[in-house]
Amino acid sequence: MKPDQKYSVTLTIVNDLGLHARSAAKLARLAEEAKGDVWLIKNGNSADAASMLDILTLNCPMGTQVTISIDDEADQKTLDRISTLIRSGFGE
Amino acid sequence: MKNQEHREIILKGIGGSPGICIGKAYLVEKEGVDVVKQYWVTGESLSAEVNRFKTAVKKAMEALRRIIEETPEELRQHTQILETHMLLLKDKMIYDKTVDLIEKERVNAEWALKKVVSVVKPMFESMSDDYLRQRADDITHVADRIMENLTGADQVDIARIDKRVIIVARDLSPAETSQIQLERIKGFVTNRGGRASHTGIIARTLEIPAVLGVGNATLNIKNDDIIVVDGEVGTVIVNPTEQTLVAVEEHILRYEHQKASMVRKSHLPAQTKDAVLFSVMGNIELPEEVVSVLDHGGEGIGLYRTEFQYLSRSNFPNEEMLFENYKDVIDVMGDRPVTIRTLDINGDKVVNYIRDDHELNPALGLRAIRYCLKKPDVFKAQLRAILRSAVSGDVRLLIPMISGIDEVDQTIQLLNEAAQSLKEQKIPYKRDIPLGIMIEVPSAVMTADLLAEKVDFFSIGTNDLIQYTLAIDRGNRHVAHLYQPLHPAILRMIKQTCDAAHKNGIKTYICGEMAGEPLYAPILLGLGVDELSMNPQSIPLVKEAIRSIDTVKLAELMESVMRLTTPQEIEALVKKKFEESMNNKQES
Repeated sequence: MKPDQKYSVTLTIVNDLGLHARSAAKLARLAEEAKGDVWLIKNGNSADAASMLDILTLNCPMGTQVTISIDDEADQKTLDRISTLIRSGFGE
Repeated sequence: MKNQEHREIILKGIGGSPGICIGKAYLVEKEGVDVVKQYWVTGESLSAEVNRFKTAVKKAMEALRRIIEETPEELRQHTQILETHMLLLKDKMIYDKTVDLIEKERVNAEWALKKVVSVVKPMFESMSDDYLRQRADDITHVADRIMENLTGADQVDIARIDKRVIIVARDLSPAETSQIQLERIKGFVTNRGGRASHTGIIARTLEIPAVLGVGNATLNIKNDDIIVVDGEVGTVIVNPTEQTLVAVEEHILRYEHQKASMVRKSHLPAQTKDAVLFSVMGNIELPEEVVSVLDHGGEGIGLYRTEFQYLSRSNFPNEEMLFENYKDVIDVMGDRPVTIRTLDINGDKVVNYIRDDHELNPALGLRAIRYCLKKPDVFKAQLRAILRSAVSGDVRLLIPMISGIDEVDQTIQLLNEAAQSLKEQKIPYKRDIPLGIMIEVPSAVMTADLLAEKVDFFSIGTNDLIQYTLAIDRGNRHVAHLYQPLHPAILRMIKQTCDAAHKNGIKTYICGEMAGEPLYAPILLGLGVDELSMNPQSIPLVKEAIRSIDTVKLAELMESVMRLTTPQEIEALVKKKFEESMNNKQES
């Protein structure tokens, strides 16, 4: 699946611990609220952002570049929230 | 055949916690859950089948929530993992996928769950990252919980064990161990796990014998079988013969007797025949172990390993948590010394969330002080916690794996910064505490004369020093026999360290396993070591050994020892002298 530029944001994971269980859980919780599917993409591999396990399988330590992509235009808000969360280093 | 079943068998494992016990086996098995049958569900029953699965998950969620709520405050550190398990129960990759599969393939919930797990689990098992690989175990635990609710498998409710039994299990999850009423348990036997496993640590803390990593214990032991657990040598005897039982009973009696007489004398000072006093201290890992050190006559904490607070967590502990931990220990010890060693992460202690590139050679990699200096924020949080806790007791600071003077300078710099920041925030602290370094890298031994000018004491970590000096990985069974504490090179290294220390008026301690071996006590004192620190159980034995030593005769012994050329010769001589002096002692 090719991320549509309009509905996707590319970011760098900045927190020391990277996407570990706790940060992945925070991300998944936000993604669950979306109407459509939310994807987390790393090097062309995508994971369902609403699943903590799927996020973990991408293995994203600090410094990893990831793209968040939404299927439904109505989920713009979710996309913003997730971007803010990642930029803030998951508040860690 | 009948005879065969009652034949005595001996199973070999790893001694996880010393002591011997005889008792009835209590199997905590999940065998019934393993055999999952597949059957088709007809159209009209499909939604009922989905609901059955959802109910099983709900029950599992509730069970976990209950365990978390009922966990006593002091064990709360283990519940974090249970919270993760709660999230996993509802994770799309498990929950949604199983529901999908039931509906699409019209199969029963058990089969669907098993299939889903068999896809998800290998994804984690094959990952190179340690932290992620361990998530595979979490998936197993979570799936087992749902499966138990689905099959209605006799769920062993270990919380309700009311007999004095020996627990036999494949592995005990943190959720399980936190439910057991441990005062009812005589011993532990598990298929998996090693000394550093959760069960091992709990068993040692409570001084319950444990044999871990037996492999096939749950296959060879049946419920109510009489078994003998010897946590010292790491064996389990199933269906012991009458003869064996008599021998074991005698062994237990001797062990208890010896222990009792040791313990009676353990509070007497470790004073040699010629009235020289030595301090014998205890090594601890958990704050709870302090009690064991005092009970065994330890005169202080010679090594407080601080890694545990960093393990089984998804983030770093904060300064406040560390401070509370240290203060717990210091408060119990009163004015006795407490030596806090800063974070020493190594190959067998992997902190989950430190996810740097996989190291090919972790023993020579980024660990201990190297790691801390690279992560000054993590290090400073710990230093601040230590300086704050030092206000209430006699705290010594110990830095692991120093290999050169730069690392000492940088540590002192960070220590000053930590003190300065506390001062600015008007938080009480004590900067003026003894600063010591672990001597465990050969380069530190060779430069001990330089290092001695910078620090207040040395503590020799013999385990690593032997490993690095002889280039032996003790975990590698092909070379493990070459791990020789009495190798002439090791003895010379200890001597060089002690000599350099004494020349600069500072002391040398030993906190490695060598310190806990009574046989080595005369050699270590002869080489000039000033203080020994060991696991609590060894304290009475080593104190007893010290009481049989005459320091005047040590010089003569050392002269012969240093002339010998092989570890075998040295060991033979030391054994001979040791037996002589212990016999003399008994006669006198």
